[in-house]
Amino acid sequence: MSDHVHDVEKPVDVAPGDEGEGDVRLRLLGYLIGLGLAVLLTATSFFIAGTDLVWQPSIPVAIIVLAIAQMGVHLVFFLHITTGPDNANNVMALAFGLLIVVLVIGGSLWIMANLNHNMMPMDQLMQMQR
Amino acid sequence: MSTAATMPAHADPHHVGGMRAATEHEGPAPKRIVTGYGFWIFLLSDIVMFSCFFASYAVLVNETAGGPSGAQLFDLRSVAIETACLLLSSFTCGLATISADIRRQARFQAAMATTCVLGLAFLALEGREFADFVARGAGPTRSAFLSAFFTLVGCHGLHVSAGILWLLTMMAQVYAKGFRADIQRRLLCFALFWHALDIIWVAVFSVVYLLGSGV
Repeated sequence: MSDHVHDVEKPVDVAPGDEGEGDVRLRLLGYLIGLGLAVLLTATSFFIAGTDLVWQPSIPVAIIVLAIAQMGVHLVFFLHITTGPDNANNVMALAFGLLIVVLVIGGSLWIMANLNHNMMPMDQLMQMQR
Repeated sequence: MSTAATMPAHADPHHVGGMRAATEHEGPAPKRIVTGYGFWIFLLSDIVMFSCFFASYAVLVNETAGGPSGAQLFDLRSVAIETACLLLSSFTCGLATISADIRRQARFQAAMATTCVLGLAFLALEGREFADFVARGAGPTRSAFLSAFFTLVGCHGLHVSAGILWLLTMMAQVYAKGFRADIQRRLLCFALFWHALDIIWVAVFSVVYLLGSGV
C-alpha cells in the first residue's frame, strides 16, 4: 500500500477485524484463547447467578463486571481491536460509540429514577383529576 | 519522499505532522480498510440502537402490571445452551475467517456450515422460549416489562436471522466466485457482524436473564 522505499513497517492503518498475515497456528491459538476465556467468564457468570456462596448484594455487580470483561475478551481475540497505532481509528470510533451508549443508558436510568422519585403516587394523582 | 525515508513510519502513523500530509499523501486508503471501517461505524450505530432498547428494558423491568416477572419466566438452562451455541459459532466463524485467508474452500465451507447450524440452534431455542411465554399468557402485550423484553431479545434474534441469511449468501458466493478481493471484503464485514452479535448477546444474557432471574 505504501510506495516508500524505506518503509518496511506495517501499513499505516488496519481494517477492523483484520489480524494481518500471520502464522495460521498462532491465529488459531488466538481464537482458542479467546474461546477459553469467554467460556470461563460465561460459566462464572451463570455459576454466580445461582449460588448462595457469595454475599448476595454483590452478585449484580459481579455479573456486570464479568459481562464487561467478556465483551473486552471478544473485542480483543475475535474482533482483533488492539491498542496499536495501526488500530487508532477503530479504537476512536469504538470510544465514541461507547460514550453514546453510556450517555443513553446512564442518562435514561438517572432521569427515569428521578421522575419516579418525584412523582406523586398514582392514586393521589387520580384523586386530583376528579 | 525524502522526509519519509529519513523518518520511520511508526513515528507518525496517521500523518498528523501538518504540512507533510498535504504535500505527499499516498491517496485514499485501500478499499479493504475503507469498507471495513465503514462497516465498523455501522456496527457501532447498531450497538447504540441496542443501547436504547437496553435503557428502555432497564427502566421498565419492574413494571409487570400484575403479570409474571422475569424470575418466574426465565429458564436458565435453555439460556445457557443458547449462549454456548452463539459462543461456539463465534469461534467457528473465526475458523472460517482463517480458512478464507489461506484460501481453503472445503475448510471454509465446513466452518461456515457449522456456524450456520449453531446459529439455527440458537434461533430454534429462542423461538421455543418465545412460544412458551406466549402460551403461558406472557406475550409482549401482557405488561410493559414483557414488551421491553420481546423488543430487546427479539431484535437480537432478528439480527441473528439476518446474519444467517448473509452467511448462506457468502457460502454461495465463495463457492461460485472463489476468494476474490471483493468477496474477501464481504467476508470481513460478515465476520465483524457475527462477532458483534455475540458481544450484544453477552449483554443480553447478563442483564436480562441473569440479573432478571435470581437476585
